[in-house]
Amino acid sequence: MSATSDQKIRVVIVDDEELARQMLHEFLVGHSEIEIVADCKNGFEAVKAVTELKPDLIFLDIQMPKLDGFEVLELIGTDRAVVFVTAYDEFAIRAFDIHAVDYLLKPFGVERFETALQRARQRLGGKLPPPAELSASARPAAHYPERIVVRDGTRVHIIPVNRLDYAEAQDDYVALSAEGKKHLKQQTISSLEAVLDPSRFLRIHRSYLVNLERVTKIEPYSKDTYVVVLSSGTQLPVSRSGYARLRAALDQKTQPGVD
Amino acid sequence: MHPLLTRPRQLGLYLLAWVPLAGILVYLLTGSSGLNWREAIILTLPLCLVYAFACLSAWYPCRALPLERSGFVKLALVHLTDSALVSVLWVQIAKGFAVALVRWGGFTGLDQRLAKYTSLLWVTGVLLYLLSVTFYYMLLAEQASREAQERALQARVLARDAELKALRAQVNPHFLFNCLHSISALTSSDAAKAREMCILLADFLRTTLRVGNKETITLEEELALVRGYLAIEKVRFGARVHMEEEVQKEATPVLIPPLLLQPLVENAIRHGIANLPEGGVIRLNAQRNGDAVSIVIENSFDPESPSSLKTGLGLDNIRQRLNTRYGQDARISVRTDNNTFFVNLYLPAQLNGDAE
Repeated sequence: MSATSDQKIRVVIVDDEELARQMLHEFLVGHSEIEIVADCKNGFEAVKAVTELKPDLIFLDIQMPKLDGFEVLELIGTDRAVVFVTAYDEFAIRAFDIHAVDYLLKPFGVERFETALQRARQRLGGKLPPPAELSASARPAAHYPERIVVRDGTRVHIIPVNRLDYAEAQDDYVALSAEGKKHLKQQTISSLEAVLDPSRFLRIHRSYLVNLERVTKIEPYSKDTYVVVLSSGTQLPVSRSGYARLRAALDQKTQPGVD
Repeated sequence: MHPLLTRPRQLGLYLLAWVPLAGILVYLLTGSSGLNWREAIILTLPLCLVYAFACLSAWYPCRALPLERSGFVKLALVHLTDSALVSVLWVQIAKGFAVALVRWGGFTGLDQRLAKYTSLLWVTGVLLYLLSVTFYYMLLAEQASREAQERALQARVLARDAELKALRAQVNPHFLFNCLHSISALTSSDAAKAREMCILLADFLRTTLRVGNKETITLEEELALVRGYLAIEKVRFGARVHMEEEVQKEATPVLIPPLLLQPLVENAIRHGIANLPEGGVIRLNAQRNGDAVSIVIENSFDPESPSSLKTGLGLDNIRQRLNTRYGQDARISVRTDNNTFFVNLYLPAQLNGDAE
């Protein structure tokens, strides 16, 4: 989606503080080529507005109610320009620098704002780094997300990772199974595996990632293939290398209890 | 490291202290039918010099056997044996030296006349050695007490440092930068309000700095600080922040450590109210029950927000401060009930003029 000269750049502003939104309005009002299409006060509103209005550029605050800026980015995809806005978050800033993402530090003046805007306009239509990678580098080492966000149309579901039973790869999507419900998310199973705590979630098969706490037993299926049975009764196939990993992980878990 | 050998000035003083000892020895050796003055001086001066250095070695057994940690028998045995042996050696040197003086110095019969004094020399040697032992033990004791003082001072500095660091951490950068951003936004839309917020922020920072240097402040002063802080947050969050205070009049003069409640209220905003799009209520309740004061801070929060779980650090800090000051007499606990988060504080009700 590139902006031609006769087409206005459509902007969405996301910040939970009114004064901060007001200031972006003030800075943008002089730009006739820019049209502000929505003001959002929280992450849910942002996801809804971006999905419905498909803007070209988003000014996205990081600390917000409901969903933070990184989660919003995960849900809206990467094919529009984003300028992150934050007051102070060393990890986020480091992540932006690593991935060469534009950001503004509050408080900012007109000049700094104009530079960021110019850069963002050059990037219109360009791809952002994968959101999962960006948010992973904004987290301190060995910190794993406590929840996964999923978008269903304009609605957002939040799945705490301890309620996730397993994930199944389906082409470009993963189906997340939690409490008997399935949620589809546009993400590869490998990138999901990469962000989750490896001591809690294990890849047992090319297409399956399982919550180790849900595994009740491993049963032989055919000559040298196996299935795991989850506490819900669901059976999932286990590949040969997955079986080795599963054995190792379960042995490690039960070791302290063995006498 | 030897305390004298490594410091030339100290070693000089030590050798000087041996001059009167040498004098006494000369006097003893010139007793009836003994040596004459010249012989005694020529013999004694080098001998005393040698023995002064020999006695330096007493430092090592002294250091190896600290007075307070070694048994009396062991101490006595080691030092008496050492002194006896060192002194025997010294007497032999004296005899050899006398023989040399006879042969090459022309002091006829000096060695025979000295032989009468062998036991006197030996006893003197033992006593001198034991004197140095005493001297080294005094030195060690002095060193130990100086080190203890340094350690105590260091502990005090560390404690103070930790306290200052804790206080500095109270003014969190996220709050400060957001405030400045709000002021910056207000400058064009509502200049008067921008000025008001500058003043609110300045007052808050000034008060934080002022009370941060005090050991304790009254609950009333702390509440004023909390109100100042909330006035700023109200500019940022607008109608999303509601505060309800229920403070018993008898509780207001109670002394508490500074910046005890403000960080808790800040937590309530950061991890509670800030995550609620419609905002919420913070309730502060303080009651005095005789010798104790109980303070409860409650706030609404979103149990689904990951940030609502991150309150641990600030609480640890406060728990530590309470523990250093009150020990077992103060408590802090947290609990959640549906969408409300509670912090309960319980501390001794000290008043101005109370004896510590």
